[in-house]
Amino acid sequence: MRRIAILGGGVGGTMVANRLARELRSDIDRGDVEVVLIGEDANHTYQPGFLYVAFNQAPLERFVRPQTSLLVYGVRFLQMRALRIDADNNSLLFENGDLLTYDYLVIATGSHPTMDTVAGLKEGAYSFYTADQAIRLRDALANIASGRIVIGVDVPHKCPVAVLEFTLMLDEYLRKRGTRDQFEIIYTYPIGRLHSLIPVANWVEPEFERRGIQSEFFFNVDNVDPDKKIIESLEGSSYAYDLLVMVPAHRGAKVIIDSGIGDESGFVPTDRYSLRMKGSHNVFVIGDATDLPISKAGSTAHYEADTIVTNLIDELHGLPADHQYDGKVYCFIEGGLEKATYIAFSYTEPPKPTAPSELLHWFKLMYNEIYWLSVRGLL
Amino acid sequence: MSQVAIDKTIDARGTYCPGPLMELIKTLKTAPLQSVIEVWSSDSGSATDIPVWVKKSGHEFVYSIEENGYWRIAIRKAR
Repeated sequence: MRRIAILGGGVGGTMVANRLARELRSDIDRGDVEVVLIGEDANHTYQPGFLYVAFNQAPLERFVRPQTSLLVYGVRFLQMRALRIDADNNSLLFENGDLLTYDYLVIATGSHPTMDTVAGLKEGAYSFYTADQAIRLRDALANIASGRIVIGVDVPHKCPVAVLEFTLMLDEYLRKRGTRDQFEIIYTYPIGRLHSLIPVANWVEPEFERRGIQSEFFFNVDNVDPDKKIIESLEGSSYAYDLLVMVPAHRGAKVIIDSGIGDESGFVPTDRYSLRMKGSHNVFVIGDATDLPISKAGSTAHYEADTIVTNLIDELHGLPADHQYDGKVYCFIEGGLEKATYIAFSYTEPPKPTAPSELLHWFKLMYNEIYWLSVRGLL
Repeated sequence: MSQVAIDKTIDARGTYCPGPLMELIKTLKTAPLQSVIEVWSSDSGSATDIPVWVKKSGHEFVYSIEENGYWRIAIRKAR
């Protein structure tokens, strides 16, 4: 019996486990293969939902389901916390002292926002990158009557378009409430345009102008003074704020750092095409856990899952495992509360702009429901 | 230029988001002072964007070399 262990119950891990179990059903029934998914949480959360929670467009519960309800026949789920990955000896050590050996490992441990990397951030800023933060921000937005809202971004972070979505949704949220004229919105960004993706930056520039959203480029947060309510950049500029909303820097998972297999930020060195951990033949890495310079997003994990699942099945069946990830990413972008667009690109295809439409907004809302099929390995 | 010792190389060729400059900013945050980071970018805009940011942020621009279809841009962490 050969065991495939998948560490991490987020988008990438759950999708890989389900798709393997579907496609290897005969092997699993014969006892030739075991698919084990290890996750820390009993619940699975659709993280893009946090954006809607922050604006009270939907309750958090809409985006949370029991992990076991999402797993297909053939996936063995262990709700455990892994302390160490021993890639030399093909084993995982768990918090309760148990060891699990594997023939193949898929690392799907994700990226994790931290408010600890910038002085004063935890005390002085709001965010929407965790369930708790989204709820806290929802309540703050509901109670603020006027003032200056400053939005900032630290690196690295997942879902690079979320900050723009947040800004445009904030503008419409305040307009719908009839209080937009009581607020100043200032959007700051680390590089010299409104977004990394040039077509997205070009699309949003006139939107910002039309909506009266101010912006500052080359703004990398250096420190926050939570008492005086001032944010300063390492480039030397600063803003006083009434409400500060930050996309905080992310780190790799603690188990990656503690196992000594990550880079300085805890991300796993990964081959950009094969998605194998560098220096390893039987360890694959998916989604935010990689050190690849591509978008950390559920969509990335979705496309990477194709490559990893196909190669694992081929290896198990004695076929050449030569399928390569082409760098494909596809992201919806909410352009407010009623319109959306999308962007798609790969290692060889640069991103192209798509006109925002109400239809795409509804498709995005529909995808929020379709996700539950997707993560079951059906799409 | 050939004598500059590179401490870390970021191969950001063919990547668009977060992009070469964001990758550089991320890497500089955890790099030791005075270390030299080389970014490989297939985006011609990097050859102008990166030096502009390096100047604004107080780091040191080392060189920019155009290769066959991409640029190698080196920066020394100065603060």
